[in-house]
Amino acid sequence: MISVGHYLAVSAVLFTLGVLGIFINRKNIIVILMAIELILLAVNINLVAFSAALNDLVGQVFSMFVLTVAAGEAAIGLAILVIYFRGRGTIAVDDANRMKG
Amino acid sequence: MIQVAAFWLFATLVIASAAMVIFARNPVHSVMWLILAFFNAAGLMLLAGAEFIAMLLVIVYVGAVAVLFLFVVMMLDIDFAELRAGFVRYLPLGALVAIILAAELVFAVGAWSAGGIDLAARAAPAVTDKSNIQQIGELLYTKYIFLFEAAGIVLLVAMIGAIVLTHRSRGGVRTQNISAQNQRRPEDATRLVDPGVGQGVQL
Repeated sequence: MISVGHYLAVSAVLFTLGVLGIFINRKNIIVILMAIELILLAVNINLVAFSAALNDLVGQVFSMFVLTVAAGEAAIGLAILVIYFRGRGTIAVDDANRMKG
Repeated sequence: MIQVAAFWLFATLVIASAAMVIFARNPVHSVMWLILAFFNAAGLMLLAGAEFIAMLLVIVYVGAVAVLFLFVVMMLDIDFAELRAGFVRYLPLGALVAIILAAELVFAVGAWSAGGIDLAARAAPAVTDKSNIQQIGELLYTKYIFLFEAAGIVLLVAMIGAIVLTHRSRGGVRTQNISAQNQRRPEDATRLVDPGVGQGVQL
């Protein structure tokens, strides 16, 4: 029988893969953005699993808001990526130290 | 029994495709694997009884976000081989962080399974005689209406931000100037002349 623990395990693996993706694709910001999407997907799976397990709909409502923020984040991130590429001609973010922060 | 088989199928595929997203050499392939991962996650959510979120995932993620990624990847002329450099160098550190994170998550799940959380206080208990989307709608448009509108504002700001960031006004493009057209009067545009007989008109 499938319990909420199984869902949490899948979500945990997905989250870990997202974090690993950020670390190993450190230069390619497109894959970093995709890894962030994976992390948010793991969060959504967690919310839905708990919502089903606790028989409480708030998890699903909140999951919708997470989805909204993820969509906005992807749009803004890709817009920043496009103007960065226009200015530099590359998307290697490893040496993005223009602002000397 | 079929639910269990479906769960394992979706779970295996979502993890495998997520791994392919981060390990694929070509970012276009990464986007494709991401779409597969989203589809399988939607299946997982469907199994959990969250039909609305599952459909939303397919529409928003596969229909909009993944296609946006695909457009950007294909639009930019990027040397991906150069970006792959350092992959092996970063792998040990990344694997270490991933292992620590996975251990923490397993620990958290174990602690949660051991009990100790009061599940009695529920904000919005689900009732069974209505469909999932109807329940979510009733909750979203009453109790969470301000959060809903805040989400709309977030999307609006994101949209305006993306347009403002990527908009580029090109020089040398002849476009219609409506206010100049409206301000043009007949006396500015035409001139009455009275040429003599046998003479031409000089404008």
